[in-house]
Amino acid sequence: MREITLSQAVNEAIAEEMRRDDTVFIMGEDVAEAGTPFKVLSGLVEEFGTARVIDTPISEPGFMGIAVGAALTGSRPIVDLMFGDFIFLIMDQLCNQAAKAHYMSGGKLNVPLVLRTNLGATRRSAAQHSQSLQALVAHIPGLKVAMPSSAYEAKGLMKTAIRDNNPVVIFEDKLMYQDKAPVPEEEYLIPFGQANIKREGRDITFIATSSMVQVAEKAAEILALEGIEAEVIDPRTIVPLDEETLLASVKKTSRAIIIDEGHQSYGVTAEIASRLNEKAFYHLDGLCCTNSVRDSSSESSVVAGGHEQTHPPRLQDQELAGL
Amino acid sequence: MYRQMVRIRTFEDNANQLYLNAKMPGLTHMYSGEEAVAVGICEALTDNDRITSTHRGHGHCVAKGADFKRMFCELLGKEEGYCRGKGGSVHIADQSHGNLGANAIVGGSMGIATGSALRAKMQGSDDVTVCFFGDGATAQGLLYEVMNMAALWKLPVIYACENNGYSEYTKTEEIAAGVITARAEAFGIEAFKVDGQDVLAVNALTQKLVARARNGEGPFFIELETYRYHGHHVGDINREYYRTKAEEKDWKENRDPIIRFRSYLVSEGIATDKEIDAMNAEIAQDAEAAVAYALDAAYPDASEVDMHVYAA
Repeated sequence: MREITLSQAVNEAIAEEMRRDDTVFIMGEDVAEAGTPFKVLSGLVEEFGTARVIDTPISEPGFMGIAVGAALTGSRPIVDLMFGDFIFLIMDQLCNQAAKAHYMSGGKLNVPLVLRTNLGATRRSAAQHSQSLQALVAHIPGLKVAMPSSAYEAKGLMKTAIRDNNPVVIFEDKLMYQDKAPVPEEEYLIPFGQANIKREGRDITFIATSSMVQVAEKAAEILALEGIEAEVIDPRTIVPLDEETLLASVKKTSRAIIIDEGHQSYGVTAEIASRLNEKAFYHLDGLCCTNSVRDSSSESSVVAGGHEQTHPPRLQDQELAGL
Repeated sequence: MYRQMVRIRTFEDNANQLYLNAKMPGLTHMYSGEEAVAVGICEALTDNDRITSTHRGHGHCVAKGADFKRMFCELLGKEEGYCRGKGGSVHIADQSHGNLGANAIVGGSMGIATGSALRAKMQGSDDVTVCFFGDGATAQGLLYEVMNMAALWKLPVIYACENNGYSEYTKTEEIAAGVITARAEAFGIEAFKVDGQDVLAVNALTQKLVARARNGEGPFFIELETYRYHGHHVGDINREYYRTKAEEKDWKENRDPIIRFRSYLVSEGIATDKEIDAMNAEIAQDAEAAVAYALDAAYPDASEVDMHVYAA
């Protein structure tokens, strides 16, 4: 099978859906000729023109609000938010408007909108360009949250998101844009709420999101050398969350570590651990543990340790000692 | 237009009573006094044209064609309400007449209205969207972001600023620097100021602007000078610390949009006092019947609380 980068996969997904459905369009800062700073959207404006690949002013709440209005009245906008950190700027439009319109209207209004943005403290971009804010939006009912872990996942999840009738937030890891993976030429979609068992094992379950799936897989390889068989599961979407698959795995292995690049406190890992501890309690040999980013901001300096300080992979020396 | 203005006033009188009798959940914000704005504008629109409304939204909803029964049901949280009781007063929406919904965030729907207009332009539809908001909402930054884009992209949207003189409990002159219409003009948007108590003037201007917006000449901005008879919300009874009773009396007695239009209709021989009184009585009866219907109507099943979080 051919291999393409995560960037190309996202680009293909958007192009295919724009060809299939002319109500789909994309808007955001520098999305047209520039193709975004990460060059993910290069070439789209040449095919679809500036009427459907729309460069906006640097007005995140404004273009997010405009996308909500377009979605409410029959378009399928994709909003490109250059950095995940800018979610704070659009919170009212995302959480008070987009997330609630269907509910407040008693099911009459829909907001079929995709917000594509990114996460990851991995470019030394300092405190305001490095956050992983998936927990923040996953907290709000009415929003769906997808976290692709490879080019294959990014394409399939993006296509599903565009066809979904709800607001969907997709977090791509900034450092994965150039990562290649096998992606079929044929069309495919990845349904939401169906976790992917990346590696089977009987001794412990690793539940990992986004690029942390690679970290978990690497850890599983190391453990295998010592005869410990780890199961690695990628939930793909944290809302909706495939509890069934996670619970079945944990009931089998009796232990779990959940790995996510968000902050530790009140985060994605805490939520998943809490659900597993509650619902699989009598099957566990120890409480499910969490592994995420310490509660400080991301710094720019390499002197302070750079991203290693805030990055989660501390698997070997910490939790694994207890296995 | 007269009928619609009286329908709004009658609706509000009944809604206020429901609140005072503790039969209505939550809060509500009365539109009384501002009827000529909603009616003058909405009478220039078709069902295919969209509006976005505000927390003070009953007037827009009635003016855009909503039915009393379903509106009262919504206010009382009943199953037959426009939003199955989930939206209530401050989120009432009536998609069938193009009302995209009231919004309880001040200025919250400015993006939505502009996005609706972007959709119309992209899909080659000739509908126009009117964005209602108050003078208080001109203090929100979102307005300037979306007006900038609407002007850049020549969108068929009309920003209708209902200036009732008060930003909640504070005089607008204390919160708004400069001239409100100049803010739109800064983006190259044609802006107009009109007496919002004169339904004919509002309607004539809106008709002109809607036709031009359909023709691709939008966006436009209208500031409508008006007055709210009640407080910011129904619980805002003692208002003397921010405005005088004499001021309220002056607006009610000398600038009331319904009284003004009625005397015009009679003096021009368009309708007689008798005909108008009969119409008013009929509207009062309709409202009374709708309130009784809504009070008796069924609540949605409790299981519906978790419904409509996600669309299928």
